[in-house]
Amino acid sequence: MDFYFGLAQLIGVHTLLGLSAYIVLLTGQVSLAQAGFFAVGAYTAGMLTVLAGWHVVPALGVSALTGASVACAVGFPALRVKGLMLVIATLAFGEGVRLFFFNFDYQVAKGQIKVGPLGGEGFRQIRFFPENGWETGEVMLFIWVFVVAAMALLWWFDRSRYGTVLRAVGEDELAAQSVGINLTAVKVSAMTVGGAIAGVGGGLYAHYTTHIEHASFNILVATFAIAYPIVGGLRNVFGTLLAVIFVQGFLVEGLRFLGDWRNLLFGALIVLAMNLRPSGILGRRRA
Amino acid sequence: MLELKSLSRHFGGVRAVDGLDLEVQDGQIFGLIGPNGSGKSTTVNMITGLFAPTAGTILFRGRDIGALPTHLRLRDGIARTFQNIRLFGQLSVWQNLWVAQNSAADQARLGFFARWLGGQGRVREEIGRLLEFSGLAHKQDELAANLAFGEQRRLELARALAARPKLLLLDEPAAGMNSEEIGQLRERILKLRADGVTILLVEHVMELVMGVTDRIAVLNFGQKIAEGSPAEIQADPAVRKAYLGGAAA
Repeated sequence: MDFYFGLAQLIGVHTLLGLSAYIVLLTGQVSLAQAGFFAVGAYTAGMLTVLAGWHVVPALGVSALTGASVACAVGFPALRVKGLMLVIATLAFGEGVRLFFFNFDYQVAKGQIKVGPLGGEGFRQIRFFPENGWETGEVMLFIWVFVVAAMALLWWFDRSRYGTVLRAVGEDELAAQSVGINLTAVKVSAMTVGGAIAGVGGGLYAHYTTHIEHASFNILVATFAIAYPIVGGLRNVFGTLLAVIFVQGFLVEGLRFLGDWRNLLFGALIVLAMNLRPSGILGRRRA
Repeated sequence: MLELKSLSRHFGGVRAVDGLDLEVQDGQIFGLIGPNGSGKSTTVNMITGLFAPTAGTILFRGRDIGALPTHLRLRDGIARTFQNIRLFGQLSVWQNLWVAQNSAADQARLGFFARWLGGQGRVREEIGRLLEFSGLAHKQDELAANLAFGEQRRLELARALAARPKLLLLDEPAAGMNSEEIGQLRERILKLRADGVTILLVEHVMELVMGVTDRIAVLNFGQKIAEGSPAEIQADPAVRKAYLGGAAA
């Protein structure tokens, strides 16, 4: 049973990662910065519970705020460029964050051992859940509370004028600004909301794995983040969830018996899925 | 209402608009005509802020708006339609009008929260009026991309009107329309004027221009070659020359 709980935890965290890219993608922007916000959230929450002794819930709140602030700060300069330039700019940011944590040491003594981020060694002993006796199943439920909350938030946005404006910007920026939409404000706001969601996702990730390091936030994670909403389609938030289940549940776990051949098939299956459903698993939105 | 003073826009060595002076009076329907590539659309793009002028000033209601970004010019009351229709194709007709609710009046009427995160109820009446005006009420849930050509033109006009404009820039609104549709467009334009909207009409279709405008300016190679009433313009030898080539003069 623990295996399925573990998988559900992973799917939950990756759904948050995908949702953070989903809202940015609605405005037509492909951002590879989401892994960076995810990393910032992970280290923030980890340091708050381990070094400052906080409860995990307020720590996740601070993760959300940190993720949002960093995303907002990155959004202003980055969203001035579009298309491939934006991809490169956000990729550079994500790698910058990763290299920052690769070099980031901040350890304090806690009883016999020293805890805290230790550069390339990573940040071990993020043991809030085991120390407080949370079972795997409980941790999973805890994670899913946040996943459901994030999905509900974005679902509500999609029903509101804000969400519709995001889609309008994604379709035609020139027309959007000509009907009075402030492109910068709209894009940066989407990035900020995405940053908050990725921050929470990162905080949860740090706590259920108990060990994070710079390599947990590499380009592959950034690619996954953007792949989920693309594979799932932008019709609504469930597309992203389905894509995470398809990729993490079916492709990564389900094909494990194939050994090293899995990775080969993995890419091929994503290409096949995109060919069968060119506008995502859930397809285009129909009004 | 609108005053352009020696407005210029150069693209490299091409002088798309070159020292254009223009004054549109309150309540006027002002026609801007000229052969292809004479700088009409460039002028519209400068007035709405999509292009920055190379030189010159744009005064809107006495105020220099040259430095304002596009979305703020709209809030001041300048709305437009595009020569090549630019709707949000994957949004419904209703949603196309919904996202365009950005006028200063809308901002004053609804709080930030209601404007952005409120549901559709708050603006139903306003959007209903626009749908009625454009004859699209029965298509409100249709995707904009699925509309017929003439319907798309009507929706784009309605979307511009959602801004409650004081000045409306119509960039070739009759392109591709048949006579009957042009007649309907003419009725709509006259009705807008009666409602107090000033209109700058950029158009090729003389049937429409000559019938509704109070005053016309003719552009050729980025410069104004004539200005006057429709009758004066039709009689002007320089205009005939620009349209029909050297021999006609």
